[in-house]
Amino acid sequence: MLSFIIRRLGTMALTMLCLTMVVFFLINLEPNLKKLAISQTEMHTSAEQLESWLANHGYRQNFFVRYGQWLGVMPKQPVTDPATGKPAQRFSFCNDPVVPTFSGVLEGDFGCSTKFKTTVASKLFPALGATGILMFWVLVVMVPISLLIGILAGMREGSRTDRVLSVASIASTATPEYVSGVIFTVIFASWLGWLNGSAASASQGITFYNFTLPVMTLAIYGIGYIARMTRASMVEVMTQQYIRTARLKGLSFGSVVVKHALRNALIAPFTVIMLQFPWLLTGVVIVEVMFRYQGFGYTLVEAAGNNDIDLLLGCSLVSVFIVLITQLISDVGYAFLNPRIRVQ
Amino acid sequence: MQVQYISAFSVILEVLSRFWPVWIALIIVMGTSFAYKKRLALYGQLFDSGVGIVGVGICLFWLFTAIFASTISPFDPLAQIPVMKDMLPGAVEPQSGLVYLFGGDKLARDVFSRMVYGSQIVLIIAPAATGFALMVGITLGLPAGYYGGKIDTVLSFLANLVLAFPVILLFYLLVTPGIMDTPIPYAMAGVFFLFPIIFFSVLFWTRYKNRPDRLYILLGITLIVGGWIYLGLVFDKDPLHIVHIDPNQLNIFVAVVFASSPGVFRIVRGLVMDIKTRDYVAAAQTRGESPWYIMLWEILPNARGPLIVDACLRIGYTTILLGTLGYFGLGLAPESPDWGTAIKDASRLLRSFIHPALPPTIALMSFVLGLNLLADSLREQSMKD
Repeated sequence: MLSFIIRRLGTMALTMLCLTMVVFFLINLEPNLKKLAISQTEMHTSAEQLESWLANHGYRQNFFVRYGQWLGVMPKQPVTDPATGKPAQRFSFCNDPVVPTFSGVLEGDFGCSTKFKTTVASKLFPALGATGILMFWVLVVMVPISLLIGILAGMREGSRTDRVLSVASIASTATPEYVSGVIFTVIFASWLGWLNGSAASASQGITFYNFTLPVMTLAIYGIGYIARMTRASMVEVMTQQYIRTARLKGLSFGSVVVKHALRNALIAPFTVIMLQFPWLLTGVVIVEVMFRYQGFGYTLVEAAGNNDIDLLLGCSLVSVFIVLITQLISDVGYAFLNPRIRVQ
Repeated sequence: MQVQYISAFSVILEVLSRFWPVWIALIIVMGTSFAYKKRLALYGQLFDSGVGIVGVGICLFWLFTAIFASTISPFDPLAQIPVMKDMLPGAVEPQSGLVYLFGGDKLARDVFSRMVYGSQIVLIIAPAATGFALMVGITLGLPAGYYGGKIDTVLSFLANLVLAFPVILLFYLLVTPGIMDTPIPYAMAGVFFLFPIIFFSVLFWTRYKNRPDRLYILLGITLIVGGWIYLGLVFDKDPLHIVHIDPNQLNIFVAVVFASSPGVFRIVRGLVMDIKTRDYVAAAQTRGESPWYIMLWEILPNARGPLIVDACLRIGYTTILLGTLGYFGLGLAPESPDWGTAIKDASRLLRSFIHPALPPTIALMSFVLGLNLLADSLREQSMKD
């Protein structure tokens, strides 16, 4: 088991290395650098000035050198001030070093955000915290509801409850966040006026009034999927021999479901819930933009829209890490919960 | 100028009558399918359950809407008639006397016509991109599952690499105006669009190797048609100027294929690993058939059930992806009538006007719902056998 986890962690590190390299390459394409230089300099700068800005801020070094600097295996060089000829800070708002130092992701330095004029760490981690709160409430709402729907539907396959709940969960998987978000806002904010259509005030304090719509919108897409998986798993368990035995022993239907079926039926949904995180990540971006909630997704969109290289790299690193770590947890957890599965 | 309104009831009647070509086509297709359902194999069995009928009905409805879009919609989806800015549903356009059935948006365009034309974009890109993703996934998944070993390790690592990317980040990196100046989208298109040609060539080659009369005809057709479309799509150099795709649509197309083919790959690989242990595969191996013959003519036909179901779900998922792209304003032109862009435009103004937001949301939702219902009942029917 231990060697399995170690091997998986090795693959994970390799995957992250490859992915950050791809992201690094794509962000540093020539048109993107041009865009960055234009947004960072004053209006109406000539092509030579743009070029000298890029060269001055170290964007014209070799690709692999720059990737190594970001990673922290190459020393970061200070820039030369064109006026004095002395080494100067690359970006003054980040306290960049004036002597060559190893300062990359491996040393815990995520770089400098050109859009927000601050270090990436001071922007990214509060945003992650805000998204964490959102995710927590989404899971609190999503998991119990979807498990309940799945169990009720799968308990008696083919019954009317099953049909109704199945169609309802199919309908919810057919409703992406930007659709349900609009519909919920129309119903609950515009017509009924019960809830706030914007979660911008949630960063000061979370209330039922400003936080329900984002949570609802995010939860609804996942509910259908998890409920269907739970149903399939429950249906399979209910046809097993030991359930028939328990019924023939004279146990009531309710106690068979709760005591015998439930525990075995919940193994598969665990994996599904874990693998739902990457999907939630896309949903988080949509919902945070739609409801103006200053979290991770909002930061990602701002970074991508303004071609903020270091911030976008930080965001990719975090999201890829979340995807991979949830995959690992789901595999390990599955083996842990289900003794029939043996990890080779 | 005072704008007249018609009542809500007549709006509904007018909408229903606007869709007349769709209703006629639906009645003809559904009627004949229902009458001959015994002979139509899996497709016919769909008509045995209510869920299946509803699923087929919704999908066909949007298909015919896309086909007859120019007949159904009263206005040009891009035309702006300044008087009609932000008009509520049922407003009569004074010049032509035609009605803005679902009202006008903030740029004074007809919401109804835009919804109808939006279906064209979705129904062309989503199934086509899914088709290409299937080709790529099958062509790579078959050898990975059949041979295992190093090929499998490398291909699976690559597939997991793409799957570890959050979709939204991938789109923000791959679908930007800047990337169109670089050769990246064209290179990716060049690689992806090669797969169908390879697939069909190998398919016919393995089957008709010993019957040159058939083989040369089929190979010739594949290479000519495939090469022609390839030239048109990748290099935009179709000699007859029939096959043509906008650079930004090509970019979206490639990004969507890239995002969804690893999923197909994983499914195909899993299915092949299961099916290759069957006796008929062993029999073919003993007969001395070539590996690719076994993969394409013994294994693939037996994996079609789950693949068809997956394809239905995947078209729905691709529709959602296209909507996401539109919602973030990536790739598609800002005035494009597709549903995602329309939802983006309308959702910014929800506080003042809600009517432009509802038609595209409901359209997108119902189309994906139709596909999901179709997939669900296909799965149920194929499990019965």
